[in-house]
Amino acid sequence: MNPAIELAGVWKFYGDYAALRDITLAVEEGSCCALLGRNGAGKTTLLRILAGLSSFERGSAQLFGASPRQVHAGFLGHGIGVYEDLSARENLRFFARVAEVAQPESIAAEWLERVGLANASDMLVRQFSRGMRQRLALARTFLHAPKILILDEPFTSLDDRAIAMLSELLLESRRRGATIILSTHQLREAMAIASHVALIENGRLRHAGERTEAMIDDPGLLYRLHA
Amino acid sequence: MKTVKHALLIARKDLALELRTKESLNAAGAFAIVILLLFSFAFDPDSEMVKEIGGGLLWLVFAFAGALVFNRSFARELPNDCLDTLLASPLSPASLLTGKALANFLMLLAMELISIVIFGIFFNVNWTHRFGELSLVFALGTWGISMLGAVFGALTVNLRLRELMLPIIIYPLLIPLLIAAIELTKLLLSNQAPTPSDFLWAKILVVFDLVFTALAIMLADTILVN
Amino acid sequence: MRDKLAIGLAAAASALLANNLYQMFMVLPDEALQGAIYRILFFHAPAAMVGMIGYFVALTFSVLYLSSKNFLYDSLAASIVEVSLVFSLVNIVTGSIWARIIWGIWWTWDYRLTSALVCILIFFGYLVMRRAIDEPTQRARLSSALCIFGCVDVVIVWKSIEWFRNQHPGPVLDFRTGGGKMDPAYSHVFWLNFLAILLMGVALVLIRTRQEATAREIDSLRRLAHTAA
Repeated sequence: MNPAIELAGVWKFYGDYAALRDITLAVEEGSCCALLGRNGAGKTTLLRILAGLSSFERGSAQLFGASPRQVHAGFLGHGIGVYEDLSARENLRFFARVAEVAQPESIAAEWLERVGLANASDMLVRQFSRGMRQRLALARTFLHAPKILILDEPFTSLDDRAIAMLSELLLESRRRGATIILSTHQLREAMAIASHVALIENGRLRHAGERTEAMIDDPGLLYRLHA
Repeated sequence: MKTVKHALLIARKDLALELRTKESLNAAGAFAIVILLLFSFAFDPDSEMVKEIGGGLLWLVFAFAGALVFNRSFARELPNDCLDTLLASPLSPASLLTGKALANFLMLLAMELISIVIFGIFFNVNWTHRFGELSLVFALGTWGISMLGAVFGALTVNLRLRELMLPIIIYPLLIPLLIAAIELTKLLLSNQAPTPSDFLWAKILVVFDLVFTALAIMLADTILVN
Repeated sequence: MRDKLAIGLAAAASALLANNLYQMFMVLPDEALQGAIYRILFFHAPAAMVGMIGYFVALTFSVLYLSSKNFLYDSLAASIVEVSLVFSLVNIVTGSIWARIIWGIWWTWDYRLTSALVCILIFFGYLVMRRAIDEPTQRARLSSALCIFGCVDVVIVWKSIEWFRNQHPGPVLDFRTGGGKMDPAYSHVFWLNFLAILLMGVALVLIRTRQEATAREIDSLRRLAHTAA
């Protein structure tokens, strides 16, 4: 079976400085890969390449055999990715149209319901509380039922309700066969949902493999092994 | 055709955002009126002089007040990392650029309409007698400004001192377009018959628009993808 | 190797310049209508030409960078724009001095001077933008795009300002006050000076390119230091 996400010999340079060095990683379809590593290791750079936001100088990156720009993954970066001056409904409707889903109106309504924002659908995002924004961001990411999910530290600064929602959405995505790659510092959450882990250090891939029982019991194990 | 559909989607979204807040439109409109007012102090024009310099005056107003509009075109995507979300989507950078140019275009035209009405009132100029041709000149000139505004808005979106740099970069590039638009506007405001050289100006407008739109679409990926 | 080349070119340029200056002041007579000041045009026009050629060579290197991602091309493009900008300034200043002596005015909206001024502004914007970007890959990519837009615009600028001036005529700067071609004695020195200025330009570009490469190296070492820390 061809991997859903495949990086082969990827190097990314900023000037003469190599932010990613010779990254070779394959994520099988339907699996969930947790990308671990310190700040500045290269996790965000790698995820941005997979989302089609950054180019790279050497190697190849493919999603289902196509270039990242051609595949519309569900992407959640550090920002929530919605417009402050539009209402929740307008935001979701717009992104649904961008994602080319059939019936954007009803999809938007459905997702507003799902993330508990139905009562606030015509409020401007500017007036939302932090928790509401996070949930809208989740709706925006998942609404087109993406086959690939690319999430950069999605658990960071989520409140409990949003964490529960995100975990449920991830589980549901996996059940329908989506492939997930996410970076996180929340080791416990990562080990709970991930089927595979990868560790990046100073731009290099130090470890890539299945999540083991040992890692669930001791989430910091991987860091210590490769210290 | 998907590109056109996407561009329209982006344009509609930008216009919706702008109509909700009216930031740029209010600022540009107010700025335009202030410039016109200042000009009346600077020159104390009689009607003959106004016909001579009116074209230049109007396009200076459009170019400067217009900066307030195209400065925002990509800047409004920065909060919450919306630009990343758009680029990660099926939208091509070319459709993103064209959509924003289209939104700029419509907003600038609105500002220009207000400006010329005020201009007509302040300086006692009749601009309606060749309104059809005048609209065409406005449309062609404004498209060039909108397109370059979108391109360089995109180019400078992540840079520090963006608001300072955008005018420095864009105005010299706009000079041929502005000269052509000014000459044609002058001609139409003074209701003269066009000479052969005036058709040259029309040609420059069209060539400028075509060349820079094509260049923008070709270089859209380079400009937007990191 | 590149240093030796730069030094060699600079030496050749200096020798040529020395010869040309001698020719200009000692050998050639004053021009009939302009007097002594016409000699400034031996610098005014070649500087303009070398500058203009430079912008289009920079365009070529910008396109080459975008297709190959080789930083050498970006360094070359940026260095050439800088040097061309200097020569364009020489063009404008010498033109201004000439106009002052001949017509008593510091500036005239002659179409060539005006166009040169617009080009200076366009590429000044290029340099301003480069200064504002720290990250070398982004800087190279965006500069290349701006250079392409700038050079295409330069062509349109020249034609439009020329047409504008045809409609609104004013004084025109030219050697040939009597109209017609340049005397062969003058054109000989003219083209030799063109060569001298060209060689000097190339030498400066080589030096500047080396500086750009070093700056990039320092930037990457700094990034390395930050991540190691």
